[in-house]
This record gives sequence, structure tokens and C-alpha cells, in this order.
Amino acid sequence: MGLLSKKDAKLITDPLADNNPITIQVLGICSALAITAELEASIVMSISVLFVLGVGNVVVSLMRNIIPNKIRIIVQLIVVATLVIIVDLVLKAFAYELSKTLSVFVGLIITNCIIMGRFEAFALGNGPWKSFLDGIGNAAGYGVILIIVGFFRELLGSGTLLGIPVLGDPIEKTGLYAIGYENNGFMLLSPMALIVVGIIIWVQRTRNKALVEDH
Amino acid sequence: MSNKTDSNIYTIIFAIAMVIVVGSLLAFMASSLEPTISENKRLEKQQNILYAMGVNANDEGSAVFISTDKAPQAFSEYITKQLVIQDGEVTENDQAYLIDVKKEKSLAKKDDYSRRLPLFIGEKDGQTYYIAPIYGKGLWDAIWGYVAVDEDMVIRGAYFDHKGETPGLGANIKQRYFMDDFIGEHLLDGNGNFVGVTVSKSNADPTNKDKMDNEVDAIAGATITGDGVSAMVKSDLRLYEPYFKNLKNN
Repeated sequence: MGLLSKKDAKLITDPLADNNPITIQVLGICSALAITAELEASIVMSISVLFVLGVGNVVVSLMRNIIPNKIRIIVQLIVVATLVIIVDLVLKAFAYELSKTLSVFVGLIITNCIIMGRFEAFALGNGPWKSFLDGIGNAAGYGVILIIVGFFRELLGSGTLLGIPVLGDPIEKTGLYAIGYENNGFMLLSPMALIVVGIIIWVQRTRNKALVEDH
Repeated sequence: MSNKTDSNIYTIIFAIAMVIVVGSLLAFMASSLEPTISENKRLEKQQNILYAMGVNANDEGSAVFISTDKAPQAFSEYITKQLVIQDGEVTENDQAYLIDVKKEKSLAKKDDYSRRLPLFIGEKDGQTYYIAPIYGKGLWDAIWGYVAVDEDMVIRGAYFDHKGETPGLGANIKQRYFMDDFIGEHLLDGNGNFVGVTVSKSNADPTNKDKMDNEVDAIAGATITGDGVSAMVKSDLRLYEPYFKNLKNN
């Protein structure tokens, strides 16, 4: 990466693995449970958060020297909410079809704790370029987990990926279903999202013992 | 850090300034985009109504409206009459599709108001469709739809939509496989009494071969949204029953 210094590149790559917002910092769990029953929804949510966190981090970083300490959380919240509402309005006016797909996510983005977490922990203390990289990195780390969870939940729960049947037809009993395979309806419910996230955390910490906390 | 940003005066001024800036920005955006947005909504209503009567661009698996630029023309071509039913009186009104069903429904909770019921009559390939809007509550927020029936109150097409149901679960009420299940279902039971269509979890008929059972198969993980669909189909379409009784008797 010629464009980025080593330190800058780490801002992007760290949250993808060893400092992942979901599996290590355990942030953004609520939306990871809510919208991962389908791969498509996971992808849409990941892209939305990528945008909001990238831009939001820059805005908060630019304002970092004038934000009064006492009300900084409220200010951050307003920045996210304003951004999300503006995007929603513009989409409604000029890309109506797309806005209908996204409308469900608007509330989930505003309340996503990863966004507030990065504003508070990073953007308030760093310059706009670094904050931008940090935002992109964390949103990507969040997105990766969302997409992994969405992949398994849709595949095992509905037997489809992006809405396309991949394991055969459960009603006509073709493909895997012909030999007695059944979709696991439990995968579609939120508890299984938590269990899948748990398995990812387990795998990650088994591979990298340094991540295991001492007690 | 300087103490400047810590003083109360600064904090209050900052808060006030921010509220003014953000407030005017949002107000400006909302009001300047409002005409475009409401035009989009108007066209969407036309698309929805046309979708319910089978005028759409569906491919094999997914639900696709006819394009927005074709919608107004198709709407005047296929929808032959727009009626408003109020207190049993039927009047024609070519703006009936703009009636806000949500508003009518909440107004109707007062005793002295009787709800205006829009009904759209469409003709396609010699078949007459009676399309009625329905409105109800899902798990998180509003759900609504348009149901097209024939003279015998047998469903010929349905479109559902939602404001904020869970993606992948309740949001699937607007998927083809769920909406298409309603086609052919009877709203009346064998004796001609209105029973509606129930979204049933304990359905012994998942492929929905039996169209007389007033049941369609539910979506796994979306019980409350499904119950909401059953409830709005029952409560809103029941109101049209007198109209269809009249239709039969004449």
C-alpha cells in the first residue's frame, strides 16, 4: 500500500481481525442479531454503516476542538442522526426503490453502538484522515462478521443464498433434501445469530491466544 | 485542552447554535425534497394497485412493479373505476387512490365518523378485479397492502408492504412466495360467511394446494408480522363484504 503509511494501514486492517468491533470489542451486537437472517440484508447494512461511519468520523473529527466536553455524546448522536436522515431523504427523492430497501436500517444505524464508540474513542482525538481510515476499517470489520453470520444463517436456515436456492427444493424434495436434509428453522431466530457470533469468537481466540483475556 | 470549551456559557451557546444549524438544514432538505418524495409515493400507490391486479413486471421469482414512467398510463388504462364507499353509499371518485387509509382508520375510531373505503375496479383479459387497500400493524411498525378479489371474494392478487419489519423475517411478507400464496384463497367460508385468510403456523398444507381452507402458510420466525397480516386482511376486507353482497343480488 503505497498510499498509506504502515500506521495508517493498521487503522484499516486491525479492526478486520485482532481488534474486530464485534468479536473483540463486543459492540454492535444488537444489529448483528437483528438483520443477519439473510445475506442480502447483511450486505446492505454493512455498506450503510461503512458510509455513515466513514463520513461521521470525519465530521466529528473536524469538530473535535470546538465540541464542548459536557455535551459531546449528544453532539455525536446528532451528527449520526443528521447524516442518516439526510441520506434517507435524498434516497427517497432520487432513488425511491433503494430507499425502500434501506428504510428498515435507518433506525438501526443511528443506534449502532460501533458508530458512537468510534466517534468517542477515535474521532474526538484524531485528525480527519486518520478518523476516516478508522471509520472505514471498523465498519469493514463489522461488515465482515455480519456477512459471515448472514451467510450461515441464510444457508442453514432457508437453504438459500441471496434468495437463490442452493441446496435444492425443500418442498419438491430435490438436491440435498432428497436424502433427508431439513432446513433448520432455529437458524432464523436471533439466538442462533448470537451462537454463530460466539463460534466465530471461539475460532478467532483459538487461533490467536493473545486475544484471550486473563482473569 | 483549553478551558474555553468547558464553560457553561460556551456549552449553552454551542448547543443553541447546533440546534439552529441542524434544524434549519433538515427543515430545508425536507421541504425542498417533499414534492419529489410525494410524487414518488403517488406513483408507488399506482404501481401497488396495478401489481395486485397482476399488471406488473414479475420475473420468475421476484416481485417487480411496472416502471414508474409507465405507471400513470397503465393506471388509467386498466383501472376502469375508482369508488369510494361511505355509509353504504357508493360514489365514483377518480382521486380515490389518494385516500390515506391510515388516517381513515384512525378517524373511524371516533363514533361520529364513518370511514371512506376506496375500491378500485380493474379490467384485464376479460376478468374484473376489485382491489381494496388494507392497513395494519406488524411487529415493529405499520404494514399495508392491496388485495384484488373477484365477485365471489376469491383473492386474485395481493401486494403487501411494511415500514420496518425485520429483514429476512417479517420483511418477507413482500416476497413473491408469500404474496402469491394468497392467490385463489377464499375470503368466505363454504356457507358464504366472511372469515378472511389466516396466516397459519400449524398449516398441514405448506404447498397451499387447498385453496378453500382460508389459510396460507406462515413465514418461519415472523409470527407477529404474520398475525398482523391475518388481522388486517380480516378487519379491513370485512368492511367491503356488504358491497359484494349487493353485487351478487343485483
